[in-house]
Amino acid sequence: MNLVVREALLAFKRAPLLSALSVTTIAFSLFVLGLFGLVVVNLQDALHGVEERVEVVAYVLPGTPIEAAAVALKDIEAFPEVQAATYVSEDDALARARAELVEFRDVLRELERNPLPSSIEVKLKPGFRDAAHVSDVAERLRGFGFVDDVRFGRDWVEKLDRLRQLAAAVGIVVGAAFAVVAIIIIGTTIRMAVLQRGREIAIMRLVGATDGFIRRPFLLQGAIKGLLGGLAAVALSFGAYALIDRYLIQAAFFTREQAAAIVGFGALIGLLGSASSVGRHLKRV
Amino acid sequence: MIKFTNVFKAFPKGGLALKDVSFHIAKGEFAFLTGHSGAGKSTVLKLIYADERPTSGEVRVSGFGVTEMRARDVPLLRRRLGIVFQDFRLLEDRTAEENVAFALEVTGARHASIAARVMRVLTQVGLAAKAQAYPRELSGGEQQRVAIARALVNEPTVLLADEPTGNLDDRATRGVFQLLRDINASGTAVVMATHDLDLVRQAPYRVIELQEGALMYDSAVDEPRDQAAAP
Repeated sequence: MNLVVREALLAFKRAPLLSALSVTTIAFSLFVLGLFGLVVVNLQDALHGVEERVEVVAYVLPGTPIEAAAVALKDIEAFPEVQAATYVSEDDALARARAELVEFRDVLRELERNPLPSSIEVKLKPGFRDAAHVSDVAERLRGFGFVDDVRFGRDWVEKLDRLRQLAAAVGIVVGAAFAVVAIIIIGTTIRMAVLQRGREIAIMRLVGATDGFIRRPFLLQGAIKGLLGGLAAVALSFGAYALIDRYLIQAAFFTREQAAAIVGFGALIGLLGSASSVGRHLKRV
Repeated sequence: MIKFTNVFKAFPKGGLALKDVSFHIAKGEFAFLTGHSGAGKSTVLKLIYADERPTSGEVRVSGFGVTEMRARDVPLLRRRLGIVFQDFRLLEDRTAEENVAFALEVTGARHASIAARVMRVLTQVGLAAKAQAYPRELSGGEQQRVAIARALVNEPTVLLADEPTGNLDDRATRGVFQLLRDINASGTAVVMATHDLDLVRQAPYRVIELQEGALMYDSAVDEPRDQAAAP
């Protein structure tokens, strides 16, 4: 077996308690980060759900030939922001109103003439569902000669914007704080493990080991600890998610990539923590 | 082999540890480094294995200039030296055999050759039967033998011993000292720091005496003196 791998694994065998303690500490500090990540993921999901209802409706002037609207529909669908555009004829609008507004069914049935205009309903692609893009699309729709009026619930879209910005700011600030705390805790844990082996490092140097030779098993060991801690943190987060999903509210879990990012983050901090601790130690002895 | 020329060593807070020390130890020689605690014996050894650099003057060891040596060459120098300490400095969680093998592994020695070389030196120091023992299962004398085996396994040109018998009883001291003499007889230079004057008187070897960082007496250069007058 490769010497570096052997030395790294032997360290686990020689100091099982300290190794287990390091992994546990890393696991719990990443678990806290993971829980916060779950909150963010679910909040984002909820926001996306609301966002999907962002829609711009262009009301078509009475008497516009359907062919003209169909041509315009193609143009609108070609807008870079637009996901889908649907033509709703006057009859469709009435049918929908009858289906949706049950309490007015009698009134609607007795109508002699359909009062509802035809319209074009435009859904925007994700990423374009903010006030600026929505207003921009609305403006362009107004430019069509047969368009009477355009509606999109300006207040509502702007509130959604603010909510989104708030969520992002809180996510970044609190997430960064949790990440920094995790980095400090993991760094300290790894440093303790290195200090505990200070004597060994000194002896390695006396017998002619190069700094690189001394460093490599520590780096690998740090990365393995971070990796195991990360895996445990994802498992703990999944447990928390499963409980919440079952007993509190329906929730979402991390995607595979997000879970891998947590594990990778653990491994990276373990690696960097080891690199800095061993580096400092090598300079000192 | 080892050459000190007008070596001064000052520590930032400790004052002058060595003052104008010059000597030359030839290939295959056995030299005692004597003097009271704090006389500078360990500093001389540390300069030899490049754990410290001289403040001024020149230290040359086995073709390496310690004064201006690059940090990355230090391990190469140490592989040519064997170093033994009063406190043995064995890795507690490795067997005698693993402790010795470790010194070979760090040099990138071929894996296939390691076991045989380790057994050869353990046999040389008389510990072949205890190869699988951990340091805590060995007596002080035996632990020091493991440390000596570790120092020998890279076939050093110089063996440095810093108070190697300081923690040992008389019997173990005699055994370890005899082992160092045997090693010297086979051609390895030995530099042994000690304040055990009985030991120094027992053998006809060169004596370099330090006092408060200065070289007081060198039997290779100075007139022979009455051993009883030595500190």
